Parts: sequence; structure tokens; C-alpha cells
Amino acid sequence: MRVFFVGGGISYRALFNWIQPGMYVATMLGSPLFQILFFTYLGRYAGSQDDAFYIVGNAMQVAAMAGIYGMTMGIANERQYGTLQPLLATPANRLAIFSGRALPFIANGIAVSVFGFAVSWLLLDFRPAEGSVPALAVAIVITTSSCVALGMLIGSIGLRARDVFFGANLVYFLMLLVCGVNVALDDLPGWLAAIGRCLPLTHGIEAAREIASGAALGDVAGLLGTEALIGLAYATAAYVLFRVFEAEGRRRASLETY
Amino acid sequence: MTARLFWMGWLFHVKTLTNSLFFVLVSVLQPIIFASIAFFMVESGNQAGTLLYVALGAGLMGIWSATLFGSGGAIQWQRWQGTLELLVGAPPPFVAVLLPLTVATSTIGIYSVVATLAWGRLFFGMPLDFAHPLQLAVALPTTVLSLGMLGLLLASTFVLYRNANAFSNLLEYPVWLATGLLVPLTLLPGWVAPIGWVLSPTWGMRAIRQAAFGGNAWPEIALCVGLGIAYVALGALALRNFERLARSRATLSLT
Repeated sequence: MRVFFVGGGISYRALFNWIQPGMYVATMLGSPLFQILFFTYLGRYAGSQDDAFYIVGNAMQVAAMAGIYGMTMGIANERQYGTLQPLLATPANRLAIFSGRALPFIANGIAVSVFGFAVSWLLLDFRPAEGSVPALAVAIVITTSSCVALGMLIGSIGLRARDVFFGANLVYFLMLLVCGVNVALDDLPGWLAAIGRCLPLTHGIEAAREIASGAALGDVAGLLGTEALIGLAYATAAYVLFRVFEAEGRRRASLETY
Repeated sequence: MTARLFWMGWLFHVKTLTNSLFFVLVSVLQPIIFASIAFFMVESGNQAGTLLYVALGAGLMGIWSATLFGSGGAIQWQRWQGTLELLVGAPPPFVAVLLPLTVATSTIGIYSVVATLAWGRLFFGMPLDFAHPLQLAVALPTTVLSLGMLGLLLASTFVLYRNANAFSNLLEYPVWLATGLLVPLTLLPGWVAPIGWVLSPTWGMRAIRQAAFGGNAWPEIALCVGLGIAYVALGALALRNFERLARSRATLSLT
């Protein structure tokens, strides 16, 4: 438990210790705010959906910023900064090391997403259905956790790949296209929509949109369950890869070789 | 001497940036993804027939991103590589060393325009009919050059701040909005438009659209040139001051 909480907390603080609070606000709050504004106004110009479609989609998606970039760095930076060998030399439980890193990023992603909804309420006159906030909160928690699981997978690949941040950036931007964030899945070509359905975020956004327009939590239980299962599958794959790359790195003495 | 310095510096940095996976992402893949999102949005909405408008806008978004991250990050990368002191200490004025770099970052943004036009043509059947090809042939390089000069101004303000590249993340979307690259300014609150007037992408975008859809692009091209000259003057002034401060505070190489 100590490795899980303290290890995860230290890893998170290490990621942000170089950045000043003002920079953190600019990156984690400013950028998501302008992303929401940009796509909502672009949506108004295109005229295909109402504001709520873009607000909910983007306010959910911005959680992926912490989930994917943060989690990728949380794991892959160990290799980049030369701390991977000492970390893996410890007898600490690998599952605790690995999953403990996820918790702060889930909290961070939730905070960013809540901020996105709050500024949309303030600046874009977004009004979710009355009494929908608790259910919306559940959707945010599940979807953010799924995004973090995807970030874990990319981070694990970073234990072997040379330029994992290219992959993290690419995935983040592709999610804007294929996960129903700004384009309804029905308007995408079938193969793109199929990719989107295999990724975290897609079902969570769909659930959040239904909740925001008045659906009860029970009505979207299937969507949220699917989102959680997808997240679990990615987290499992990430952990398996982490262990495989650890074993391979030890066997070939290539833990920190690029 | 100065022309040779500019040419060699520009060529070197264009090659370096072209070899960077990050800049391939920013100047090719990201604009294609954003163009695709916008294509699908306008196709399913009530703006059908505006694909070329969207493709050009997404292309210019890519030029801005490349300039922003390239110019903002360039100083930081030189710091990390330990070459910033050498560049500042070299005999030519620092502005003459830095300008080719910032223009190179906007130049690779041309990949964005080519990529979004080709993408739109191949996958969305977008017609490539330009009303005034000659004006377009002047408007595009002028826009790129003026953005490179804007990059110089950005770089001159980033030089003293160790984490200034974090600001780059913040500045991407607001400038896309304020310069009307994809979203017409008439949809935004009235106070946004004056911000765009001092940013060359606004006039560059208008010039390119005038050239593509019919109209007179020359006044906008002239505005781009004028703003570019102003950016260089301001950038040179700021750079001299920042350089002096960095030397006196010994903060130039701090990472």
C-alpha cells in the first residue's frame, strides 16, 4: 500500500517539480479551455450539432491530456531520466509500483474534466439536465480511468520504443477524430468508427452526452460498463507489456538502451 | 555575408526540423487530423462545399503550430544542447543567427498546406480550383515569411524564460481562433477581432483565401509584409535587451 500511494505520489510530483504553478495552469487548464472553445465555435460554424455535443465531447476528452501524456511520462520518463534500473532493482511489488502511478493522473484528469465542464457552464451557457451532475461525475471517473489505462499502455511501450512521445501525441490527436469527440460516429467511415469503439473515451462520451441530456445512470450502465471493460483490458495489456519488457530488459541488459 | 548566413542557417534548420518526428507530427499529421475533423463536421452540417476553405485553414493552423513550437522550443533546445551560448557569443548579431531558424520553422509549415490540400483532394474529392494562382504563389510564401518573423518575436520573448515552451501549449488554440483560420471571426465576440489584426496569420489567411476564391489579395499581402517588418524590428529590439539581461543575470544557459 505504501509503494502504491507514496510511490505514485512521488512519481507525480517528480513530473511536475520542474514546472511552476503558472505553467501547470497554462498547460493543464488553459489549453483544455481553449480546445473546448475552439471546437464549440467550429461546431457553430459547421452547424452539424448543438453546443452541448462539442462541450461534453471535449470536456471529457481533455482528461486524456493528463491520462495519456502524464501517464506516458510517468512510466517512460523512468527510462529517459535513468531511474528505471534502480526502480526495478528494488524488491517492491511491481503491480503496486505500476498501478500506484495511475492514481494521481486519474485525479488530475478528473480535475481537468470538471474544470472543462465548469468553464463551459460559465462561458458557453452549458446547462446539463437537472440532477445529472452525480451521474456525470461517475462517467467522468470511469472515462478518465480508461484514458489513464491507455496512457499506461503507451508508457509501457516507452520502456522499449525510442520516441514514445510521438505515439502519445498521435494517439491524443487521433482520439479527437475517432472517439466521437467532435464528429458523431455515424458521420465517420465505418472503419474509423470501429477503431474509435475499441478505444477508451468513445463509450464514456456517449454515456456523458445521454446523461447531460437527461438520462439516468441506469440507462447508460451498459455504455459505462463497456468503457470500464475497455479500460481494464488496456490496463491489463499495459501491465503485461511492462513485465515482458522488464524481463526482456534484464535478459538482454538493455533496460536503458535506446 | 548576411544573405549567406541566412541561407545556410535556413537550409540547415529546415533539414534538421524535417528529420524530427515531432515536427512531422506537428506539420503533417496533426493538420491532417484537424482537417479531417473539420471536413467531417462541415460535410455533416450546413457548410457543405467549403472543403477548400477548411483545407487552407487547417494548413495554416499547421504553419502556426510549427512556428509556435519551433520558435518557442528552439531556444530551449539550444539550451539543452549547450549551443545557446555559442550562438549568442558568435560574431554576427544574435538576431541574424536566430531569424533563419524561426523562418525555417514556419517554412516546414508549408508541408501542412500541401498535406491538407492533398488529403482533401484524395480522400474527400475536394476540387483544387484556385481563382488567382499567381496571387496564391505570392501570398503563401509571404505568409510563411511573416510567420517566421513573428516567430522571431516569440523567440525573443521566450529567451529569458526557462519554461517558456509550456506557453506554446497555451497559445496554439487561441491564435487559431483569433486569426479566423477555421472559425469566421464574425462568430466570435467582437473584442477578439482586434487581437487578430496585429497577428500576421489573420492577413495571410485572408490573402490566401482571396487568391483561392477570387478577390484582391494584394492589400492583405502588403499588410503581411508590413507586420513582418514590424515583428523583426520589435524582435531585434527585444532580443538585444533580453540578451543583455541574460548576460548580466547569467541566466542564459540555465535549464
